[in-house]
Amino acid sequence: MRANYADALRRSVLTAFAAIWIAVGPSQAVDAQDLIVGVGGNVTSIDPHYHNLAPNNGVATHIFDRLVHQDEQQRLIPGLATEWRPIDDTTWEFKLRADVKFHDGAPFDAEDVLATLKRVPWVPNSPSSFAISTRSIVETTVVDPLTIRFRTAKPYPLLPNDLSIVNIVSRKAVEAPTGDFNQGRAAIGTGPFRFVEFAPGDRLVLQRNDAYWGGKAHWSKVTIRVITNASARTAALLAGDVHIIDQVQTADVPRLRASPQVALSKVTSNRLIYLALDQARDQTPFVTDKQGAVLPNNPLKNRKVRQALSRAINREAIVQRIFDGEAIPAGGLLPDGFFGASDKLKPDAFDQDAARKLLGEAGYPNGFAMTIHGPNDRYPEDEKVLQAIGPMFSRVGLDTRVVTSPWASYATQSSAPNYAFSVMLVGWGAGTGEVSSPLRSLLATVSREAGMGASNRGRYSNPQVDELLARALATVNDAARAKLLAGASEAAIADMGLIPLYYQVNLWAHRRTVQYTPRADEYTFALHVRPTN
Amino acid sequence: MTVFIIRRLMQSALVLIIMSLLVFFGVFAIGDPVEIFVAADADQAERERAIKALGLDRPIWAQYGYFVVNALAGDLGRSFVFNIPSIELILQRMPATLELASCAVMLSVVIGIPLGMFAGYRPESRISKTIMATSIAGFSLPTFWVGLMLILVFAVELGWLPSTGRGQLGEFLGIRSSLFTLDGLAHLALPALNLALFNISLVIRLTRAGMRENMPMDYVKFARAKGLSQKRVVFVHVMKNIMIPVVTVIGLEIGQVIAFAVVTETIFAWPGMGKLIIDSINNLDRPVIVAYLLITVIMFIVINLVVDILYSVLDPRVRLADAGKS
Repeated sequence: MRANYADALRRSVLTAFAAIWIAVGPSQAVDAQDLIVGVGGNVTSIDPHYHNLAPNNGVATHIFDRLVHQDEQQRLIPGLATEWRPIDDTTWEFKLRADVKFHDGAPFDAEDVLATLKRVPWVPNSPSSFAISTRSIVETTVVDPLTIRFRTAKPYPLLPNDLSIVNIVSRKAVEAPTGDFNQGRAAIGTGPFRFVEFAPGDRLVLQRNDAYWGGKAHWSKVTIRVITNASARTAALLAGDVHIIDQVQTADVPRLRASPQVALSKVTSNRLIYLALDQARDQTPFVTDKQGAVLPNNPLKNRKVRQALSRAINREAIVQRIFDGEAIPAGGLLPDGFFGASDKLKPDAFDQDAARKLLGEAGYPNGFAMTIHGPNDRYPEDEKVLQAIGPMFSRVGLDTRVVTSPWASYATQSSAPNYAFSVMLVGWGAGTGEVSSPLRSLLATVSREAGMGASNRGRYSNPQVDELLARALATVNDAARAKLLAGASEAAIADMGLIPLYYQVNLWAHRRTVQYTPRADEYTFALHVRPTN
Repeated sequence: MTVFIIRRLMQSALVLIIMSLLVFFGVFAIGDPVEIFVAADADQAERERAIKALGLDRPIWAQYGYFVVNALAGDLGRSFVFNIPSIELILQRMPATLELASCAVMLSVVIGIPLGMFAGYRPESRISKTIMATSIAGFSLPTFWVGLMLILVFAVELGWLPSTGRGQLGEFLGIRSSLFTLDGLAHLALPALNLALFNISLVIRLTRAGMRENMPMDYVKFARAKGLSQKRVVFVHVMKNIMIPVVTVIGLEIGQVIAFAVVTETIFAWPGMGKLIIDSINNLDRPVIVAYLLITVIMFIVINLVVDILYSVLDPRVRLADAGKS
């Protein structure tokens, strides 16, 4: 009798487990049609106009389209606009794509573009607004439902570049608050995927938009998981929990290369890591004589000293030893192939004797002492790079101390109005994918009125660079503008307005079952992940 | 008892005020959040707009005054980053942390107390020595390393358990939690164990010490002389006596694992509050940092109060007296 009870109990427990297993089991198995992406950046909102932040812009691209898209090298390609052209110096005409439908079935036309332009500057509490990309437009005219004209106050050739980061929302969402997007009510775009679920700090779930104008995605369901810790991201990939991860850390590269199930995809980034030098003050706080007294004349104002610093840096060693080869020594502002990049700018050759000679010519045969500053949590291996550069400077006679701090405090200290440092390590990713971006922000003379030099931490100022840049920004013809931009960057680098160090390499790691077209702008687009046949 | 509780609550209010002041001015001293939020290519005008939009254009004491007035009305401000009221943001993340913390504490009690009692009851046995040696490892190995090793062994090499993240949520009695699905439990296993490891070791050592201290005592001899079974002596009489330090420590540990599960949550990409606070500090998201720490302080105050009350239940000799009278 007793044994029977035990048997019955055992059987019912087993049955219960089996039932749970069947109920839960199938959803666990990763469907061949499903894609799971592990991203390092924390997505803070689905509202595409709330916060101009790389992780947010990356996921918005899945749900929304822009008038103009950027290809993997950030060249402009048709998006919701099929063609665009300047019809006079201050007017751009965009032809919109016909027969595009939003996820709720509503057709897309010029009204939605108007609604988007209205919403962008309106979004309340935005910590970083997209209005900087739309404010050059002073008047918008709808010619017909599929033709729209933008008038700018001055000739403005960068309008298509600017509009390539502005996501188009439905006219119904013109006054939708950010929360409505996070809950999905307003997250209705024309993009390749529909919104399913957003759990902040955890995951975003998307479903394929079968009616997408740009061709169906390979995956019926995409889950974008936020895994901020780089080691955890690598582990998740090796364990097979995700198909692809971005921002692979250098330390994991050998391990991933050794794994037979995993492959790496890489491309040169649009991000330059450079040293900014205080060239504005007559005395700069962290350049001293060898006893520690601030020098009466700021040596960084002397071009020969700046050139000496550049020659003292062994870029090849930094790239090989710190990045395991996964970075490119830099001599300009953007790698070759980007719009306006000069092909004449090559990295300065490492030459300690030349550096010592230049210092002697500049009047510092015995060198001086300085403290160089940088972040320790912002760019891959930022602290190690700085720790390597310190001794390189010391070897040519400049006693160098290295101080690093978290980005949260470094960012404030190093920029306006504090300008607390003398030599600073900083990075710059060209969001527009062309050279006017670093020229405007990093090298143009600081001017609030003109909106120039906002991140010019050294307050470099060179009338020749300013003049060439101003002309470029008013030149609508692409070839002529590219030439002017290249000229401006050559002038700035010849004068060592900043010291280019290296371009980052963007690394993705993925299971061998999928392939990815790596992007210069660091984004991970599920649309461009394909199954390997 | 009532006087004791009232006095305690008044002290707590003072702690809250000092804490909010420290955090408010501390975050202000670290840096300017706008430098972090604003897109790199934003120009000066856009930076000024953002400063204004976030209310950072006012002097710091005015910002604090504004914060206090709103806080008294129950509004701790909106997150700069998420544009969601910070309380709501924290409460969204709380269930994930609570399930992780409760599993960790449960593991430390269920594993720690029996092992500790055994080790104290038979101190010379080989098993006891193994338990104690292992507990030293549990104490001294850094959480992040153990976490990565757990992932490496159980997820990457053996492939038994998922490496990171929170699994599927199930619903039971209207509560949504990953405790109610197998997938959820599988995701929970490694982070909960990682978080519990330190506490298990702590409970083992405390329980063992208590056992060894109590077993030779007179009341144990007397109980044996009375003819009580060994089981009853150990599990009723001795256990009651060794529980006081264990309850104290577990009480404090509950607070610890809820508020500061930062490392475990980061390594296992667990979407809980710990990860929220570390992200918020990196972003200088002041409303969230302040609200989070206020909630944490309140939680510790409540836990300590409950522990004090539990003492008097476990040990009738402890009186929660008003300090003036005793």
